[in-house]
Amino acid sequence: MKTLLRAEAITKRFGPTLALDALDLAIAEGEFFALLGGSGSGKSTLLRIIAGFETPDSGRLLLDGTEIAATPPWARPINMMFQSYALFPHLSVADNVAYGLRRAGVKRAEAATRVAAALAMVHLDGFGTRRPHQLSGGQRQRVALARSLVMRPRLLLLDEPLGALDAGLRERTGFELRALQRETGAAFVMVTHDQEEALALADRVAVLEGGRIAQLGPPRAIYERPATRFVARFLGAANVLEGRAAAEGFDSAEAGVTFAGAIAPDTVAVALRPERIRVVPSAEGPNTAHGVVEDAAFRGDDTLLLVRLPGGAVLRVAHAEEDGAPPARGDAVTLTWDADDVVALAS
Amino acid sequence: MGRLAVLAPVWVWLLVFVAAPAGILLAIALAEADSGLPPFRLAWSLAGFATLTQDAYYLDALLAALRIAAMTAGGCLLLAYPMAMGIARAVPGRRVLLLAALMLPFWTGFLLRVGAWIGLLRDEGWINGLLMGLGITDEPLPLLYTEGAMLIGMIHAYLPFAVLPLFAALLRLDPTLGEAAADLGARPATIFFTVTLPVTLPAAAAAFLLVFIPAAGEFVIPELMGPPEAQLVGRVLWQEFFQNRDWPVAAALAVTLLVLLLIPIRLFQRLEARG
Repeated sequence: MKTLLRAEAITKRFGPTLALDALDLAIAEGEFFALLGGSGSGKSTLLRIIAGFETPDSGRLLLDGTEIAATPPWARPINMMFQSYALFPHLSVADNVAYGLRRAGVKRAEAATRVAAALAMVHLDGFGTRRPHQLSGGQRQRVALARSLVMRPRLLLLDEPLGALDAGLRERTGFELRALQRETGAAFVMVTHDQEEALALADRVAVLEGGRIAQLGPPRAIYERPATRFVARFLGAANVLEGRAAAEGFDSAEAGVTFAGAIAPDTVAVALRPERIRVVPSAEGPNTAHGVVEDAAFRGDDTLLLVRLPGGAVLRVAHAEEDGAPPARGDAVTLTWDADDVVALAS
Repeated sequence: MGRLAVLAPVWVWLLVFVAAPAGILLAIALAEADSGLPPFRLAWSLAGFATLTQDAYYLDALLAALRIAAMTAGGCLLLAYPMAMGIARAVPGRRVLLLAALMLPFWTGFLLRVGAWIGLLRDEGWINGLLMGLGITDEPLPLLYTEGAMLIGMIHAYLPFAVLPLFAALLRLDPTLGEAAADLGARPATIFFTVTLPVTLPAAAAAFLLVFIPAAGEFVIPELMGPPEAQLVGRVLWQEFFQNRDWPVAAALAVTLLVLLLIPIRLFQRLEARG
């Protein structure tokens, strides 16, 4: 895959705050990329630097190998969909979508054709004469999308694209975004704080922490093999247990459990996904634990168990429905898991 | 009952200070001139209004006042937009400082400020002194008692009335609108004319009216700084009331000005309703 955008050692400070710390990143042509992080992770700053609304203090930003860090936003072939959508309230939907084409000097007839095509692409045919305030949140989001896509950008930036939509609309809109990305062939770079959104939509995900990339990779790899405690916790649900590497594996005092698997000497914690843990009648040795069910919550396809371990830590266990009736609150249980599912974390 | 108690002061205010004076003014406008005290006799006479239509002098005074008021309001808007944008985009700490700098001159007396302008602009004033001292001119330029001097004085006096509504609107303006426009290829000047200005147009209209309406009846500044031949409606009103003592004509002129000023207010209301 050919690199479209490359960020090299991008650093940005706001007063005493280091927003981006010598960050490196390469976006390939036509990929759907997600910048995932909490508030203050630097993800929005990075997006604004790519769009041209902020200038990095140092570092290089290359589009097709050309330095663009000093290029003003109006001269960049990059478009952005804003979290608030930023639709022009005094213009009709069609005029909103045509705004960029007007600025580019596209002829009126051609602009009208392209606007109609863009509105059709986001299923808003016939909405051209409406004003933004006459639209629902989902419709506004699609106008914003059409307004960016009509410019045929090679790189589209999306700031929390699903953030303002209600739950029912998010899933459908997510699929539509992916379809639009495939259709247009543009590279999409999305900023989100929602790990499910990032994992579901993106081809590759970069997890940001403190202005640096904590981990970068395909969603499945990041989910299955988090590299650090932060990533494991941020992606949610994984059990992260502190301890130290020992001769026979990894000893976690807080769990009172010994983990066996591919444990490097510098391992400081292990991650274990709830759905990888099985409730068994009996087991002994490494990769087993005995505990008491503190609470159980039925979630449809599984039951989430909170199991208190002898060391005091609470383990989250997803008990699948096909494994039979789950243990109840107060039951003593024996747990086990495969060595392959123990993820060693070095930091 | 509680609602009535809350609104009562408003209604009393409107009755005592708006409706009653307007009623009295209309009554005098419809009265007949008399040589007694007060110099009119209540009647149902249109003589006052008739006089206004017979002598072009009155119409000219009205039009001249409206023209000067429009130029004052326009000048205020031209200055107020960049000022309001600067204040609205400043960091909050500095914003307070800039607003204070805008308001500070208005803590001094109005006549003091007009006097200061006269001191700057008159033949022996600072500006002419500087120009002659530098040898740019040999004799003083006629700066004071010109339409320019009058406009400077009026724009200076009314500027805050234009800045404040624009500042409030620009503060509310979503900054991502400008970023979205830039992202779609608009340069800063284009952003102003295609986004900032249209979105803040109601505030601009309000700012214009807040200056235009009092400026149309302004008496003191044209009198002290304007050209002697400028017969604005304010001066004509003064003359009719206090020199000619023709109160029905003066009142008819005042009523006419009032009605003329209702037109832009009505247009503004329609703009507001649309936006």
